[in-house]
Order: sequence, then structure tokens, then C-alpha cells
Amino acid sequence: MSVMQMASGEHAPARYHPATRFGVTGFGFYVYLLSDAILFSALFAIFAVLKGATAGGPGAQALFDVKNVGWETACLLTSSFVGGLAMLAAEARRRLPLILSLGAVFLLGLGFLSLEIHEFLGMIHAGAGPDRSAFLSAFFALVGAHGLHITVGLVWIILLLIHVQTMGFSASYRRRLFCFSLFWHVLDIVWIAIFTFVYLLGVQS
Amino acid sequence: MTDTASRAPIQLRTPGTDVRGTVGPWSSYLTGFVLAAALTAASFWLATGHMLTPASLVAALVVLAIGQMLVHLIFFLHITTAPAQKTNILALLVTLLIIGLMVIGSLWIMSQLNVHMMPMDRLMQMQR
Amino acid sequence: MFGKLTLHDIPFDQPIIMATCAAILIGGAAVLGLITYLGRWRWLWTEWITSVDHKRVGLMYIMLALVMLLRGFADAIMMRTQLVLAGGGHLGYLPPEHYHQVFSAHGTIMIFFVAMPFVVGLMNFVVPLQIGARDVAFPVLNSISFWLTAAGALLPNIALGVGEFARTGWLAYPPLSELAFSPGVGVDYYLVALQISGIGTLLSGINLITTILKMRAPGMELGMMPVFTWTALGSNMLIVASFPILTVTFGLLMLDRYLGFHFFTNDAGGSPMMFINLIWCWGHPEVYILILPAFGVFSEVIATFSGKPLFGYRSMVVATLVITILAFVVWLHHFFTMGAGADVNAFFGVATMIIAIPTGVKVFNWLFTMYGGRIRFETPVLWTLGFMVTFVIGGMTGVLMAVPSNDFLLHNSLFLVAHFHNVIIGGVLFGCFAGMNYWFPKAFGFLLEPRLGKAAFWCWLIGFYLAFMPLYVLGFLGMTRRMNHYDNPAWTPYLLVACAGAFLIFGGIVLQILQLVVSIRTWRSRRDLTGDPWDGRTFEWSVASPPPVYNFALTPEVDGLDAYWRAKGAARSESPAYEDIELPKNAPAGFLLAFCAVATGFAVVWHIWWLALGGFAAAIAVLIASSWRAHAEYVVSADEVADIERRGRITAGSPVCIRA
Repeated sequence: MSVMQMASGEHAPARYHPATRFGVTGFGFYVYLLSDAILFSALFAIFAVLKGATAGGPGAQALFDVKNVGWETACLLTSSFVGGLAMLAAEARRRLPLILSLGAVFLLGLGFLSLEIHEFLGMIHAGAGPDRSAFLSAFFALVGAHGLHITVGLVWIILLLIHVQTMGFSASYRRRLFCFSLFWHVLDIVWIAIFTFVYLLGVQS
Repeated sequence: MTDTASRAPIQLRTPGTDVRGTVGPWSSYLTGFVLAAALTAASFWLATGHMLTPASLVAALVVLAIGQMLVHLIFFLHITTAPAQKTNILALLVTLLIIGLMVIGSLWIMSQLNVHMMPMDRLMQMQR
Repeated sequence: MFGKLTLHDIPFDQPIIMATCAAILIGGAAVLGLITYLGRWRWLWTEWITSVDHKRVGLMYIMLALVMLLRGFADAIMMRTQLVLAGGGHLGYLPPEHYHQVFSAHGTIMIFFVAMPFVVGLMNFVVPLQIGARDVAFPVLNSISFWLTAAGALLPNIALGVGEFARTGWLAYPPLSELAFSPGVGVDYYLVALQISGIGTLLSGINLITTILKMRAPGMELGMMPVFTWTALGSNMLIVASFPILTVTFGLLMLDRYLGFHFFTNDAGGSPMMFINLIWCWGHPEVYILILPAFGVFSEVIATFSGKPLFGYRSMVVATLVITILAFVVWLHHFFTMGAGADVNAFFGVATMIIAIPTGVKVFNWLFTMYGGRIRFETPVLWTLGFMVTFVIGGMTGVLMAVPSNDFLLHNSLFLVAHFHNVIIGGVLFGCFAGMNYWFPKAFGFLLEPRLGKAAFWCWLIGFYLAFMPLYVLGFLGMTRRMNHYDNPAWTPYLLVACAGAFLIFGGIVLQILQLVVSIRTWRSRRDLTGDPWDGRTFEWSVASPPPVYNFALTPEVDGLDAYWRAKGAARSESPAYEDIELPKNAPAGFLLAFCAVATGFAVVWHIWWLALGGFAAAIAVLIASSWRAHAEYVVSADEVADIERRGRITAGSPVCIRA
């Protein structure tokens, strides 16, 4: 019985209720992801401004390989789907499906990353590194920032695989897995923007 | 802050709430995957074939990208217009508004500067 | 082994710097010695450094801000005296390369390490208490945020003695800040320090948004939140929306400087103007990040000390949200002169002027709140009244400059300098001091000495007008900012008055220190046993002063605006049923991360790559290790709660007691 109830004399129907621990964590991470979206959109803005600033160096058409991008996209999209399955496995408290699906997400993410590193190294060897022109600086920064996020995600998966052994399906573990799945899906959304605006539209003009 | 969700049945998790979704969990992910894959394939197919004029290709790719982002939001992130998710939707809309202001504003400003200002290399030459 | 760092990087030939460093080192050693002598290390570690209690974290933010205020103010006094001495053929006592560092450090420190931590500290301390929550949403993250800010604040002070600070002004515009034109470590110190503290600020913004939206007491709809909480929400929305842009912009400049990218360089297609565009995309919202919580403080103070509900609560909330959104459509007014066309300039000029409308709504609301009220002229009220007059003047000079054609005349002149000091001192800083005097008894359980507080206010207010009104005139006379010396004798008298004003402000700061010392020495006679010394309206005044670690023994139920005010005088329960309370355990992660951040940051500045990699790896290790903390809570049992509450209730005359 608190003083507020006493003051009003009766229980007013309280409509607002503070969220559960799960709700608080999920929402906080969601807000972080929104801020990350703004971070990426600043990088997109700079890419759009510097797109034409090739300074006599190679442009998008000469450098981008759409087939490679297609494989990267396939890896990431599939991993996003499998990440959803991992969430369901954790909700059902089934350890083996969880480990298998997280492992698959890890391998697909690794595949994406190695394709990207391969592409970057090829460009640098061909003399089209980030120090060649403002356009290439913007390209490497934008796509590289996404790659860095993927790397963080891969480390996170390893931790999730270890923690499912040490803490099982505790509430804390499921909060973490949920945040990871949000993170991974949002990285996929960012990738949609990258393959559309950087690659597919880049090779057109 | 209690964890009432620990004994709840399998449900679609959404940030900020604990409500149960409207579609079955499996079908949500599967539908999303199929739709996203179809939209991606369409994007790549349109971009590599040469059946559209440049302007309509840009429009088509942008529409497909937005569509695919919506698919991800709805079927993977489970963001819906349910009353319990009012805060999620509002936060998303505010973010989109700010992204739009920043990106469109920057492009507008920079394109004007491009038109009005001398290219940097020529400016540098004049200062020598 | 030590990268670019050699003994020559310590400026032994500069007596001013060396004397300052010696003073800092001796003072620091004295503080450490005192702690050791008193045997308080364990206390410091458990009660403060590793504390994740939002009240402690908030207070540490404010202490950081007060210490850094002294540093930033020392820079200000140096600039004012230099300009008095450096007229008519004299060169003054600060050579240009030193003077440039002084004004860059002054701006950087005052915005990032005084105004920001002060405002964030107030929000941290007050918001959970106002919404009836036991802590913020992510207490450990909160501690990390603070310690990252502190780590960022340390680096410019290291730069004082080791190497140099940026000579580029507080926003480090390229191409001047590019490697080609600033080859020294100054800009690197600047970038690294602000990146580290920027991450801290972003995390704190996420934390407070989540706290406000998801952890309010049951029944507290959005429309029942106190106005300070509303402004905190607006401010933190702006933090989350704008700090990523700052991180990107500085990150790209670092790529330019460290890895030879070409974002903002003159050659290879780089665009320095894009930096200016992006930095103000962050920079303008930043101004409102600072001022919105100050508006909130004034709203609380005015309503409390007028003994009336705030006039126009709804319009206040709407005005706050309108300002929050408009913050993102005005950034070009910082560079009207850069060469955009008339349509762009007109759009951003008109958008800027529109902001005066919601701000005006707020000013009228405060005036109408006072109208017909029985106003008690305590120290916080003086700061508020001083703010209302000063800020309106600053706002009007802002509208003047929002007209692009005027701006072409006033851009980069001392008129601009006078304008932004007018709104930042008269708005943000006055708000912080009002908040400090208002909530101090809540934080420490005793009131601040009022006479010294009022004397300090008058010194600040008169000093402010003396220091900055001449700058408006000087702007019209054609004096530009960041000048090391000048030869126009007509400027000297104005600069003399401005210097006198700065010294009067110094007097205000001395009085404030004195106020703290006197208040602490006589704290027993100033004790506040009621928990509600000002007859407050919001929930922070419903608990003991200082509040117990769990804030609220029983979570309040809310049924409307000013619920606590309306509940005063109601009967109180004699046998409350306390329950066990779960609280977060202390965590050293924040402090350890700050340690790693300082080491990594210093190493990156000086290209000491082994240390940079080591520090970064250690930071990752700390993060991973803290992911093993599965049981991060401890329980305060119901009996302990009852015990604490009984001890907290020494008061007979408490107007109401949630703590029964």
C-alpha cells in the first residue's frame, strides 16, 4: 500500500506498467540499433556525396563484381533466417538445435566475411585501395564498417556457444540471444542498403 | 522487474514487450525468408539484365530494397503496429525522420556547394 | 618502443605550462596522499569507483564537470588577459602556437567535459528518482559511460604536459586539421579524447531513454512525467540520434590522418566541406542536448518555489518535442557563408527563426507560473531569474544571426562568440547551478549555504554581462574570433571591460568553492531531516535525503501529474509491508575500461602500437569477462529495508512519508 493509493482513496486502474527485465533489455538494445542505423546512414550520406570523386582512379563499374556480391547476400540472408531458428530453439530449450543453428550462422557469417576480405584485398592489390580516391575511401569505410559489425557478431556467437554450456537456458542467456538476433537481422537490413545503393546502382552509372 | 517470461510458451520476441505475435513462429521466419530471397533475386536479376531504362531501374531497385527491409522488420524483427509496440514504432519513425533529414539535407547542401564553388584542385592552383 | 614520443615532447621551455603541470602533479599527489593517510582507499573503491548506483554515478559526473570547469576557466582567463596585453603593437605573453591550443582546449573542455557531464550527471541523479524507479535500466553500462567520459577528459589534460593539444579551434575543421597542415599530435589527442567520451555519452543516452520509457512507476503515463524528465527524454533522444554522426565524422578524419584516406583532404577528391556539414549535423543538436535539461531544471525550480503547478504543462511538453525535432533542420546556419545558394540559406534561416517560437512558449510559461505565486527567492530561483533575462537576450541575438544576410556580416566575429556564450552560460551553466543548489540537499542530506550562493550568483551574473556585452560591440567593430594580437587601439577599452568581467566571474567561482567548503564544515546545522526541504512537487522529494540505495522502499503508484504534491498531508500507513529488493552489485568494469581507454588512446596518439593493441585487447577481455557475471544482483531483505527506513525517519515533522 503506497501513499499514492491512499491519496486517491482507491485503486485507480493503472494502465502503464514498467516493462519486464526482458522488455527493458530488448528495448535498450533496439534503441542502440536505431543509433547504429544513424551511424550507417551518415556513412551512406558521405558515400553518396563522394561517389563521383574518383580523382582519375577506377570507378565502380571497373571494380565491383556483382556475382561476388550475390554470394555475400545469399550467405547473409540465409544466416539471418537460421538466426531466427536459433531463437526458436532457445525458446523451446533444445540445446542441440540451438548449437547447430548458431554454428551455421557462424559459418555463413564467416563465409560472408571471407568473401568481403577477398574482394578488399583484390582491390588493394589492383591499386584501388582506400587511399586512391575519395570514392574508394568512402566505399571502404562504409562496407568495412558493416564488415566490422559482422566480425563483432562472430565473436558474440562464440560467446553464446560457450555460455549455453555454462549458464544453460537462463533468463539472462535468452536475453542475450535475443539481442544478438536483433543485431544480426539489422546487419542484414544494412546489407540490403549496401548491395542496392553501393553495388547494384553503382555498376549502372 | 520480474522475469515472467521464463515459463511462457514459445513466442515471437519483440523488443520492449512480451506479447505473443499473431502468426506462428515457424511460419513467420519461413515466410520472411522466402519473400526476402525472392526480392533479392528480383533486384539482382533486374540489375544484371538490361531490360529497364536507367531511371526506371533506379526506381525499381529502391522499391525492392525498401520492400525487403520491411520484410525483415515484419517477419524477422516482428515489429508490428500492435498497441503494445507503439513505442517501437514511434522510435523507428523518429529515427527514419532524422535519417531522412540528415541524408537529404546533406545531399541538397553539398550539391549546391558543388554548383557554386570552384573545384578544390583549381582553387589550390590559384593559391599557388 | 615509444612511437613518436621522446623527451623533447614535454615542453620544458614553457614556464606557464610547466608551472601548471607541477601544480597539478603536486595537487594530485596531495589528494592521493590524503586518501592514503585517511585510509579511505577501500571506501573510495566500493562506495564510488565501482558503484553502479545511478545517484553516485550522477554525482561523479558533476564532480568531473566542476573540476574541468576550473581547467576551462583558467584557459578563459588566459585568453582575456592576453587580449588586454596584446594590443597596439604588443604581442602579449602567449605566443600564437600556445594561444591556439588555449582557445581550442577551452571550447573542447567547456562543451564536452563541463557542460555535458554536468547535464548528464543531473539527469542521471534525478530522472530515476522522479519516475519512481530503483535505478537506471542498465546500471553497469551507466558506470561504464561515466568512466569513459572521465577517460576522455583526462587526455586533454595529459596533452597539457606531454606533447600539445589541437590548434584548430574546438571543432577541428579540415583541411587545417588534416595531417598535411597539422602534423603534430594535437589533433590526434583531440580526436581520441572525443571518440572515447562520445561512446560514453551515446551509451548513457540509450540507458536513460530506456529508463524513462520502460521503467516508470506503475500508472505514470507519459503525460504524468515531470517536465525535467520530459526534457531529459528529449535531450537523450538527441544524444542517440546525433552522437553516431559525431563518431562517424571524427572516425573518418582519423582514417584520413592515420591511414591516408581522402575524405576531407584537398586532393584526390576529398571534400572538407562535407566534414563541416556532418559535424554540424551533430553540433546543432548538441546545443539542444545541453539546453533542454536546463529548461527542465528551471521548470521544476519555478513551479516549486512559486508554490504553484507549472503553467501550461502540455504546451511545455509539446515545445520540448518540437525543439527536439527542429534541432535537426537548422544545422546549416553554422555555415551560411560557405557558399550554398539563396534557397538553401533561406530554408535553414527560416527554420532557425522558427525555433524561437517554442522557446518563447517556454519563457511565457515560466512567467505565468510565477504570476500570482508566492515566490521564495532562494538561490535556485535567482539563477532561474538571471537565466530568463540573459537567455532572452542571447536568443534574440541568435535570431539576428539566423538572417543569412546578417550572418555574412557577423560570421566568425566576436558577436558570434558573445552570442553562444550568452546562451551557454546564461542558459546551460545557470541551469546547472540552479539544479546543483536545488538538488544538493537531496543528494547529501544538508542544504548549501544560501548567502554565499547568492553572492556567487551576483558575481556570475554581473561578471557575465561585463565580460560578454563588450564582445557584441567588438563584433560590430569588426574584431574576429581567435585573434592572438591586434593593432586597433579602439578595441582595447572593450577588451579591458571584458577582462574585468572574467575576473568578476572568477570571484563567483571562488565564492562557489567557499560555499561548498562552508556548507560541508557546518553540515550538521544545515541538515535536512524531512527529505523535502523546498516543499517539492515530484517524487524525488518523497524519499529521505540522501535517498536509500534502493530509492523507493515501496514502488509508488501514480495517478496523475504532481502526484506527490497532491498526496502531501494524506494519512500514512503505519505498518507498510516491505518486500525484498533486488539491486545490482558493484562492478569494476567501468573503471577498468577507462584505464584501458586512456592507455589505448595515449598509445594511438603517439603511434605506440604495441601498447595500443595491448590496451584494446585488455578492454575486450574486460568486456568478455564481465559477460560471465550471471548473478549481478544482491538482495536487500525486507527486514533490512524496514530497518533502513526506520533510521531514515528520524523526522517528526515530515509532511508525508512514503517510507512510513
